[in-house]
Amino acid sequence: MRRVPTAAEQAEGWRAPGQDAGWLNPFLERFLLNLLVRKELRVRYRGSVLGMVWSYVKPAVQFLVFYLAMGVFLELNKGTPAYAVYLFSGIVVVNLFGEVFGNATRSITGNSALVSKIYMPSQLFPWASMLVALVHFLPQLLVLVVGALLNGWLPSPTAAVAFVLGMVILLVFTMGLGMLTAALNAAFRDVENFVDLIVMVATWLSPVLYRIDMVQRSIDGTIWWWLYQLNPLTIVVELFHVAFWRYSSPVVDEIASGVPGSETLAQPGEPFGLWWAGMLIAVAVFALGHRGLRALQAALRPGTVRGGPR
Amino acid sequence: MTPKIEDVPQSAAVPTDREMVRIEHVSKRFSLRHDRSLKELVFSALKRKKLADTFMALDDVDLTVRAGETVGLIGFNGSGKSTLLKTVSGVLFPDSGRVMLRGRVAGLIEVGAGFHPDLSGRENVFLNGAILGMSRAQLEERFDDIVAFSEIEEFIDTEVKYYSSGMFLRLAFSVAVHTDPDIFLVDEILSVGDEPFQKKCLERIRELQAAGRTMIVVSHELEMLERLCTRIVVLRKGRTVFDGDPAEAVAALRAS
Repeated sequence: MRRVPTAAEQAEGWRAPGQDAGWLNPFLERFLLNLLVRKELRVRYRGSVLGMVWSYVKPAVQFLVFYLAMGVFLELNKGTPAYAVYLFSGIVVVNLFGEVFGNATRSITGNSALVSKIYMPSQLFPWASMLVALVHFLPQLLVLVVGALLNGWLPSPTAAVAFVLGMVILLVFTMGLGMLTAALNAAFRDVENFVDLIVMVATWLSPVLYRIDMVQRSIDGTIWWWLYQLNPLTIVVELFHVAFWRYSSPVVDEIASGVPGSETLAQPGEPFGLWWAGMLIAVAVFALGHRGLRALQAALRPGTVRGGPR
Repeated sequence: MTPKIEDVPQSAAVPTDREMVRIEHVSKRFSLRHDRSLKELVFSALKRKKLADTFMALDDVDLTVRAGETVGLIGFNGSGKSTLLKTVSGVLFPDSGRVMLRGRVAGLIEVGAGFHPDLSGRENVFLNGAILGMSRAQLEERFDDIVAFSEIEEFIDTEVKYYSSGMFLRLAFSVAVHTDPDIFLVDEILSVGDEPFQKKCLERIRELQAAGRTMIVVSHELEMLERLCTRIVVLRKGRTVFDGDPAEAVAALRAS
């Protein structure tokens, strides 16, 4: 492995090539990061007529299909007031998760021309993917806020705290996973297919389409119920529900009305539920991902003399 | 294209005693195959078969470069010149031994690495400059110089994919020579462009030498290196076989 200069040598100004600020790199290299994000956005929409409009079209279609299938045909909107808002606040979470995770996984292999020729802190690529995903997330968030307002929701401090907690947990957790898979993907391309699989499963294994009390009723008391609850995505989706749906007037009125079944709309541990567990898991995964990326540096830099990057 | 030998300026480098690069017992082993699927890995693990053959790209290399020196690396194809340069730039980590640096290093390891075909020349100058370690302020200040040096002003807002290979190399080289690092790594790039441009590049190298920059240059242009360098290292199969006077080094390589 790399040997960094001793403290005495560092005092004389010595450093090892590729010795950098570690996880602080993205903050120190803001200018470069900014340019990488712009590059990604330019390249992604080259030759595209609709351009950024696609980041509205995709979630809109997704929403319509789910609303029709789950809300209308499976009648989920009957027991859930403002089901459209409930559904969409979950969809934006899994979409952001999917895009950050998927893009980050491909970020290093996609930039292999750079990685194998010029030294750059490797974390910058997954970080750039995350920022690109956030650019796509903003319009969706805007639509969500407008939709929630139309459904009798008003901004509140509770909503703001839940939203910020949810975003932090989601981004830290997904970046941790993404850095790890980005590094692994450089060695084994199988990883990106595996990641697509996880993203697909994520929509169904967190309370996006259905309500969490339905899950509790079927698997309560088993270890699976605990695992389901501890899934960071479950925690984040629930935080988003608290932020945009739980305290909107239809839901509050329904609970106040005392109609049988309406008590299940409120969650145990309200308002922020297991946020601390989500935060712990997210930070642990981030640390692991960061370590993994460092450890796999060698694999990130494909051989140069023979083989080389494809 | 080979630069004409009479165009190559005499070295303006002024070696000093301050060490800038220390390469200590560096070895690097490459495996001959990099593409493998998980399936192949599992099978080879089950059969206890060796996955890939390896070879030593660098074998216990020691080298110290001092401030102001221009050190040439020569050797036949596959002797480890570029690999050595990459361990200095940080793109490759040695398997054993260590490399230490003082000051900022920038590498012209491959002209145009980091250029994206779908971006305009202007965007590429900024992206590539930032990758090579320039700040926003430096880039804004030097942008006009970079474009003027490349002589492609009228195409600067055209996407790079429409550039001719000559234009592309000019712009890429121009960005690299304006990064102004303490240690400059140059890999086989002095043969880009047409004759007037080559002359200009060599002039620029001379200016950098006169300004006291440290340089490590890899090239097959032996006469050119002999004139540019203060010292030449000959590599053979990943080992250093000669380190010293440029003329003797070139003779040593030719004799082998």
